[in-house]
Amino acid sequence: MTEIAFVLNNKKISVEAEGATRLLDILREDLGLTAVKEGCGEGECGACSVLKDGLLVNSCMVPIGTVAGCSIETLEGLRNSDEGRCIIDAFADSGAVQCGFCTPGMVMASIALLRVNAHPTIDEIKVGLSGNLCRCTGYDMIIKGVQLASERGEGIW
Amino acid sequence: MAEGKTFRNDGYAKVTGRATYADDISFAGTLHMVPVYADYVAAKNVVIDSSKAEALPGCIRVLTAKDVPGITNFGQIEQDYPMLITDTIRSWGDVLALTVAETREIALAAAALVEITADPIKPVLTMEEALSPYARTVPSYGDSNIVVHHKMRHGNPDPLFDECELIIEEDFTTQMIEQGYMEPESAICVPRSDGVIEIYGSMQHPFSTRRFTGALLGEPLSNIEVYTIAVGGGFGGKDDTAAIVCARAALGARILRRPVKMTYTREWSIRESYKRHPYKLHYKVGVTSEGLIKAVKTEMYADSGAYLSVTPWVTWRSTAQCCGPYAVDNVHADVYGVATNNLFTGAMRGFGSPQVNFATEQIIDMIAEKLKMHPLGVRRINMVKQGSTTVTGQVLDDHTVSMEEVMNNTVHEIGYRKKFEKCSLGKSDSDELYGIGLAISYRGASLGAEGMDFCSAIINGQYDGSILVETGIHENGQGSDSVMMMVLAEELGTNLKRIRYKRSSTSNIPDSGSTVATRGTIMGSSSIVLAAKQFKELLSKHLAERLKCTPEEVTFHGDKIWGLTYDQSLTWEEAMKELFLQRVTPYAFGTFQAPDVSWDETNGQGNAYFTYVYSCQAAEVSVNKKTGKIKLLNIVASHDIGKAINKAMLLGQIYGGITQGVGYALMEEVTSEEGRTTSLNFDKYKIPRTTDLPEMTGIVVENYDPHSLTGAKGIGEPALELIAPAIANAVHNATGIRCKSLPLTINPEDLA
Repeated sequence: MTEIAFVLNNKKISVEAEGATRLLDILREDLGLTAVKEGCGEGECGACSVLKDGLLVNSCMVPIGTVAGCSIETLEGLRNSDEGRCIIDAFADSGAVQCGFCTPGMVMASIALLRVNAHPTIDEIKVGLSGNLCRCTGYDMIIKGVQLASERGEGIW
Repeated sequence: MAEGKTFRNDGYAKVTGRATYADDISFAGTLHMVPVYADYVAAKNVVIDSSKAEALPGCIRVLTAKDVPGITNFGQIEQDYPMLITDTIRSWGDVLALTVAETREIALAAAALVEITADPIKPVLTMEEALSPYARTVPSYGDSNIVVHHKMRHGNPDPLFDECELIIEEDFTTQMIEQGYMEPESAICVPRSDGVIEIYGSMQHPFSTRRFTGALLGEPLSNIEVYTIAVGGGFGGKDDTAAIVCARAALGARILRRPVKMTYTREWSIRESYKRHPYKLHYKVGVTSEGLIKAVKTEMYADSGAYLSVTPWVTWRSTAQCCGPYAVDNVHADVYGVATNNLFTGAMRGFGSPQVNFATEQIIDMIAEKLKMHPLGVRRINMVKQGSTTVTGQVLDDHTVSMEEVMNNTVHEIGYRKKFEKCSLGKSDSDELYGIGLAISYRGASLGAEGMDFCSAIINGQYDGSILVETGIHENGQGSDSVMMMVLAEELGTNLKRIRYKRSSTSNIPDSGSTVATRGTIMGSSSIVLAAKQFKELLSKHLAERLKCTPEEVTFHGDKIWGLTYDQSLTWEEAMKELFLQRVTPYAFGTFQAPDVSWDETNGQGNAYFTYVYSCQAAEVSVNKKTGKIKLLNIVASHDIGKAINKAMLLGQIYGGITQGVGYALMEEVTSEEGRTTSLNFDKYKIPRTTDLPEMTGIVVENYDPHSLTGAKGIGEPALELIAPAIANAVHNATGIRCKSLPLTINPEDLA
């Protein structure tokens, strides 16, 4: 067990863990951040998406040892930010949610996309969300949610 | 933006990540349970040695069939599914033991230490093998691998084939697929001090969960309370297996007297949970020179796998709808369920229809091609119309039969006629071949003659004017709670904000059956209408005096309760308070019984369903000549669902259903080697991603259904059941190649 210090949702924290432990398990089990979901455990579905130093990663594929000194953002940290509120309202208004299990990961992927491309085309949105699986919606209304967040988010993204 | 108003009572909870699913819940002192599998596909004389596992520090117990106080084997129809194996292994998904430990890591480590030995048996892995007269009998009950045989005898097709201008005789096969809900099975069970076991589980049928748990524990249903929590999708797949995960965790909680959590990995979920039945279908169809289908003979075989689950019901729907939405006067059908040592198969959205539609909707296009007729013409001549008699002998005269209207909508929206003329049929100057195809279906709504069909609702008015409502319909993610709230708000003329959907518990709302079979909206909302009628009658009776009118004159609208004049009204706050002062409980309980249906199993005739949903979906594709890759360009879907209650969610269901159907058509297949599943996660089991999908357009047709108290039918399954044949027809029209097996693949060599 080693002590690993990193920034989580803009707060400095440290955890005691084996370096190989998955970031996903630290977030869900040790820190109680259950917006991060496990759908596949092998980086295929994106339900466990978080931002590591601003980049979208699957937390099931990130050993906690590699997080030392990094900044990790989860939906719990972003849901009260301007970015988070913009995308959350847009998803809710677009009917982007059905079972909701993929939704936190979709929100994280959308934020990662809009931060680098505030006005994405439909094809760019599709590529931006292509690492996140949804079995309920056919993605149509999720894509429309990202478009709406882009339209409404002048000055935010 | 989707048209219409979006309402989801759980929308914000889910989009902010606050919604709690089973694995998100924890209680102090929770133990963790892990299943133990063996590498056998079929074996007997199982011996389990748990001593090394139990010696592991932190491992509390290894539970096996010997620890079960009730019965180990259970099922929805036949009690044949072993929740824990006693002696005989029939499938690679079978569970032999459960390790329980202080942490999940220790439970996993203990599972690896459980030693299992058995005498292997040669598994029966194909239906052909299973049907051979020398085959070993797989099921624990009965003496045959034919576990069900449904017959339809409607007219007499045999003498008619000779008179037919055209005979089409074809074979089709469909593959095994996985429901692919994003949340794997999970349950947390808590022993309560009053003796009740509480269950919070990722399952779609709380009452089935209670039955499986009661059987395993050997306890009455009243000892088990299953709560509804957020569920990450089901699509038919979270009944038996998901219920059994709950039952196993409950067994641990009962024996060890502590909360027990059991959360599945994706690999365990795909290894153990039931799948969509693979089918082999044979059709012989006799057609006149005018394109009229005179006679059909069909035989279908469905691989039921090692356990029965709901195979008799799935194959029944295939029987009742064996000719698609066509009124054929002479049909003989024989539909068999066949036991093998493969993974067991059961309910999945579509339930015996997608397989049939894949065959029938291609046969229609084949007839058109052979007779040089238009595919729309062949459909129009044969499709069910107002007053038609179906292949089950049911006369469709008591609801609007909108098959043609629905087909016309899709044809018009996508521009089918013009585009059909431009199809490549294997010839193109560029590398891309273009094709358009469509398919139509009708789908019996709700259970039909498959089961007892009724549903209850409770409306519970509160002292302060707020209202609690619940029904026996389960929220799996489809948005049923929101629909129920919207229907109640409409019935009571109230603001939606006044209404809260109560988190249901099996100890409160009566068993209303499973939320399957496209029955949630039709059954649940009708039960709300009945309960609301009683609720309004009660309020009218006790408020009339204050409103200075008779009870019959009281009305409900504008979020108020009214007498005859504008100055006579009560707010809901005032009205509820008035009832309490009169010592009257503002409470109503309503049960909606589905209209009668009938069925004669000897000849497959009867009024199979009380109403039908009519659908037409069309797809445009391009196929690359060099790679054979099929790319979707556009999809249009039209469905007559009676009445749209929550239109944005309805469209979401349509697009989601189409997308699952796209997976069925083009990429999904549960693969195995010698009975061992090899596609255990999404790296090998591919489901559609954003980049696999084209623009989709949904058209909602609303012919009010007189059998539903809201006029609404349903959309869950119709959305999925017909896009695969539409795509297959489009691929044919692009390439000239007819694909008779799923998933569709084009070998580029065949295009040269």
